[in-house]
Amino acid sequence: MSLGRCATLLLAVALLAGGCASAPPAVGATDASGVATGAAAPAPRNPVDPWEPFNRRVSAFNDAVDDAVLRPLATAYRDYVPSPVRQGMGNLFGNLGDVWSMANHLLQGKLHSGLDMGMRVLTNTLFGLGGLLDPATEAGLQRRSEDFGQTLGRWGVGPGPYVVLPLLGPRTVRDSFGFVVDRQFDGSRLFDSEATSYAYTALELVYTRSELLATTSLLDQAALDRYTFVRDAYLARRLDQVYDGAPPLEIFDDTDAAPAANPPATPGAGRPPAPVVR
Amino acid sequence: MLHRWFTAAAAIAICVPAFAQQAPDALVRQISGEVIEAAKADKAIQAGDVARISALVDTKVMPAVNFEVMTRSAVGPQWRGATPEQRAKLQTEFKALLLRVYSGALTQVKDQTVEVTRTQPVQGSTQVVVQSEVRGKGEPIKLDYRLDRFDDAWKIIDVNVGGIWLVQSYRSQFGQVLSSGGIDGLITRLVELNKGGKG
Repeated sequence: MSLGRCATLLLAVALLAGGCASAPPAVGATDASGVATGAAAPAPRNPVDPWEPFNRRVSAFNDAVDDAVLRPLATAYRDYVPSPVRQGMGNLFGNLGDVWSMANHLLQGKLHSGLDMGMRVLTNTLFGLGGLLDPATEAGLQRRSEDFGQTLGRWGVGPGPYVVLPLLGPRTVRDSFGFVVDRQFDGSRLFDSEATSYAYTALELVYTRSELLATTSLLDQAALDRYTFVRDAYLARRLDQVYDGAPPLEIFDDTDAAPAANPPATPGAGRPPAPVVR
Repeated sequence: MLHRWFTAAAAIAICVPAFAQQAPDALVRQISGEVIEAAKADKAIQAGDVARISALVDTKVMPAVNFEVMTRSAVGPQWRGATPEQRAKLQTEFKALLLRVYSGALTQVKDQTVEVTRTQPVQGSTQVVVQSEVRGKGEPIKLDYRLDRFDDAWKIIDVNVGGIWLVQSYRSQFGQVLSSGGIDGLITRLVELNKGGKG
């Protein structure tokens, strides 16, 4: 079974399970706090996260897998593989990924940044030993990654509910579909042999996780509730990416006298982007 | 380039008392430049020495921050009902929390530079957002600052790292605790969290 099909299947399972998990509140609202870890606040359901009980369970499962397998692997990779090798690997993965980013820039009508990404790929492939080095960044062509979920957002597709997918982690429904498309254009597709293609994906996964080690350890120190912190951060970041770094801002008007004037904006309520003045 | 700029900024900092009259983007450029230079030059900071980082933050960053507004926005409507003691305690603990996050981030500073990219007004307010990027190896990291005008000076009221506004994130984090435990519950929880992180 190919990875793309595997991802589609996982997605279907997740959506089905999510659908089931979202049924209980009609019967009894107590269900919501029953699954909550630690923070047992009987807060009203967050409209962006209607499948929270299911999502929390999958998060716990993912964290367990991460603790047992992925994080130790990534730590070992970081500690035992020499830095220049890791850098080269990162550049290779990045260069292949840049091709798909370029396509997404163009699909969003961002001709200029699309061409920049094209120049990046050309520069790094021709003058960077096929992508092992990254002379483009030194030349001022910064990497601007874009995926198909962002493209869908740019086209006006709303994010839909938040969902935590088994093994894949936080997504929105829109970004889950985006991910399935992304996989079709992933660097692992370059290999004829399925084994090589799996090896590529596994290596890329370990590499990506190793790059996130500092971030996730920071997260453990910074979050009061890890689940909601990750969720809100993910949704805020995706919204920011869809708006190319300038999403609409919420104004906190908590002066001492007046009551808060602005109702909190729903994070992740991605509408077609407002024109951005560059 | 950054070095020459740093010298110039230092000269300005000596001549001009505090940050009065400074444009928001210049203020951001100055602070991030100084912090990055300090982090690169100081082995203790790279190793995550909290006392050293705390001193750096107090001298370079805090004068340009309105921390009361930051804390107030993070706490939300319940701030109004808090006593002066509770407010002071909340600020102390929130600062300790942010300091730990900041320390972790500073240990990652190696050969990066900060580029201020653009400044945008926030509609319906006196605020501006100064956008900048931390450039090094790999993809640039977005680092934005939200500032407001207080009397004569611009002060930072929120920071965005990689697309995530800190105060906004903590507002929803705090909200969960506040709804069950109130202000005192939040203080207890923050003290707990700040203690746990040191061990």
